[in-house]
Amino acid sequence: MRLLTILLALLLPLSVMAGEAKPVAEDPVLEQRMIALSEDLRCLVCQNESLAGSRADLAQDLRQEIREQMRAGKSDKEVITYLTQRYGDFVLYKPPLKPLTWLLWFGPFALLIGAAGGFYAYLKRRTSRLADESLSEEEKKRVAALLANDGNE
Amino acid sequence: MKRFLIPLGIFIVLVGFLAVGLKLDPREVPSPLIGKPAPDFNLPLLSDPAKHLSPADLRGKVWLFNVWASWCASCRQEHETLLELSRQGGLPIYGMDYKDQPADAQTVLNSMGNPYVETVVDLDGRAGINYGVYGVPETYLIDKNGIIRYKLTGPLTREGLDKKIFPLVKELQK
Repeated sequence: MRLLTILLALLLPLSVMAGEAKPVAEDPVLEQRMIALSEDLRCLVCQNESLAGSRADLAQDLRQEIREQMRAGKSDKEVITYLTQRYGDFVLYKPPLKPLTWLLWFGPFALLIGAAGGFYAYLKRRTSRLADESLSEEEKKRVAALLANDGNE
Repeated sequence: MKRFLIPLGIFIVLVGFLAVGLKLDPREVPSPLIGKPAPDFNLPLLSDPAKHLSPADLRGKVWLFNVWASWCASCRQEHETLLELSRQGGLPIYGMDYKDQPADAQTVLNSMGNPYVETVVDLDGRAGINYGVYGVPETYLIDKNGIIRYKLTGPLTREGLDKKIFPLVKELQK
């Protein structure tokens, strides 16, 4: 009898095997859209994480907000406008093109063009200096003599 | 001589940029809501959930809107400053209990003192999102026409009050 009880007790865990994990969202298409959008948004609490990847409380709330707005039929653009109106351009990983961000967008190219121009000017100056510093008649004779001698003076 | 001046100039500019960069606080996200109307809400009061408060009820007053929670440690840090400000009078403080259990918030107010004229309860943080809240405590200064004039993220200090908030309040209360 005792043995039977123990055996039954051992079998007990089998009856509470884990069920299959429930899907996180009821609408996988919408969830995909939400994740795609929030990949490009910055989590404000952790700052170096995207809204999609962050586990911060606020990020979860914001994801929920995005989900609900999408469910209500808002476009990605409208959702982004909603967020930037509240949190500023800071939430965007792709900063918008406007006078304030011109330096950010065009600065590297301006720097590249400037550097290329500087390098070109430097090369030009160098060639002209080399041309100026050509050998005198006397030096040329000495070079010829040295070469004829196979380098042994 | 010129050879040395150019790299030196570049170096000085670079150091200048780095020096400014050091002083910037990356945690401080500039709020796009400054100069915009305070987002509307209609939330239950902590003292009496049957009653509601909306920013529209506070038209004609310059008021301080302080977002806090019982779970937030730096809110305790600023609590004394808020109490002092409320004793001093002149600038009403309204609180918003952000994503919190109302009972916990009430316990904090009972034990530490209540600087707020009223506290509204934002259980799910939706009103908080509308205000661009990302880290409690946050404090907003709202003028007579319901326009947000100033936002502070992080604990309020005596120094911050004297330097930033009081001069603004003086101007706005005219």
